[in-house]
Amino acid sequence: MAEAKMPLWEVFIRSRTGLAHRHVGSVHAPDAEMALQAARDTYTRRGEGLSIWVVPSAAITASDPADKGPLFEPTASKIYRHPSFYEIPEEVGHM
Amino acid sequence: MYSQALNERVEGPRIVEDPEKLAAFQARIDAEERIEPNDWMPEAYRRTLIRQISQHAHSEVVGMLPEGNWITRAPSLRRKAALLAKVQDEGGHGLYLYAAAETLGVSREELYEQLLAGKAKYSSIFNYPTLTWADIGCIGWLVDGAAIMNQIPLCRTSYGPYARAMIRICKEESFHQRQGYEIMLTLCRGTPEQKAMAQDALNRWWWPALMMFGPPDSESQHTEQSMRWKIKRFTNDELRQKFVDATVPQGLYLGLTFPDPELRYDETTGHWRFGKIDWEEFKRVLAGHGPCNRERLAARRKAHEDGAWVREAALAHAAKRRARERAQRIAAE
Ligand SMILES: [Fe+2]
Ligand SMILES: [Fe+2]
Repeated sequence: MAEAKMPLWEVFIRSRTGLAHRHVGSVHAPDAEMALQAARDTYTRRGEGLSIWVVPSAAITASDPADKGPLFEPTASKIYRHPSFYEIPEEVGHM
Repeated sequence: MYSQALNERVEGPRIVEDPEKLAAFQARIDAEERIEPNDWMPEAYRRTLIRQISQHAHSEVVGMLPEGNWITRAPSLRRKAALLAKVQDEGGHGLYLYAAAETLGVSREELYEQLLAGKAKYSSIFNYPTLTWADIGCIGWLVDGAAIMNQIPLCRTSYGPYARAMIRICKEESFHQRQGYEIMLTLCRGTPEQKAMAQDALNRWWWPALMMFGPPDSESQHTEQSMRWKIKRFTNDELRQKFVDATVPQGLYLGLTFPDPELRYDETTGHWRFGKIDWEEFKRVLAGHGPCNRERLAARRKAHEDGAWVREAALAHAAKRRARERAQRIAAE
């Protein structure tokens, strides 16, 4: 008989204070509390983290790779968003 | 290696792929781009990966059994703590890999079901028994050593989630090999009986360790495609030779001999040449007729069945709690 499936959780870990949480992988667990425990056992056996987030995988909305062009390409032509676009006389010094 | 049965044809209907998409995909691979879960990929690429990653995951999980056999009998607390940590790591490796396979659209339950039903393959090496404590030394030194040889190039494999899992795994493997070699070193510096025990273990594990890299290149029809897709970066024979070259000097340092009368150093190439591998034995073990195949699967099945009530209870508890929270929220509104 097929068993009920364990929900999937995405795991994010902050490795040091001052750094953002970073995606490290996923775990299966029945609830958030057990997902945290499983994430601790699976992903922090050697002091890899100071803080863990677990998020139900189903709660993540992702962009479609097929939309990569329309989503991200327009920025390529907007070079005026970069500091190197602007010319400042050398005498002014570092800016 | 951990996915030795890659030489078999991937089953499933033949799918005719759009040649334009195929060409674009190959161009991405050639440009060393990583393929990510939602990207377009040929169906055969997906199937090959599911099979390879799941065989690898099964090997990590079944691989806990031969070593688990000695945890309660480790000769000291130091050795026991190290072995326990190693076996726990292997469980973790299995989990990273099942998770990587799941990104390809299969569920862990499905894959695990295949293993328990005897339909999935895992590395032939774990079907040999661990008769003495020296076997634990040999497994760490040789089996984890062979695994590292295979896994380091997999850190650059073309499928992103697999490569990332391998990076984590490789970071953890080096301790495994070192603790095994240290066990061998201690035995070889011990009493004559202890050294004889180490020699006996090497005699039994050497050839099965060489088989871990899978059939010779001349018989691996699918290596070529896997290399073109950059799933594999070295052939079975190349990896096997690298392993022999790295390992023989380590064994000689221990003062042990290898169970291969043809083993000799080739001055001109700088490689250690070894004798013929018994591929009939390999095929037998892979097909389910090794010394421990039945025992291994029975142990996994028992663990899975004995744990069923825990998984069921945890899910029921979570559902009950969710329902109670919902009721409280409604009452508060
Ligand atoms: Fe491992
Ligand atoms: Fe290992």
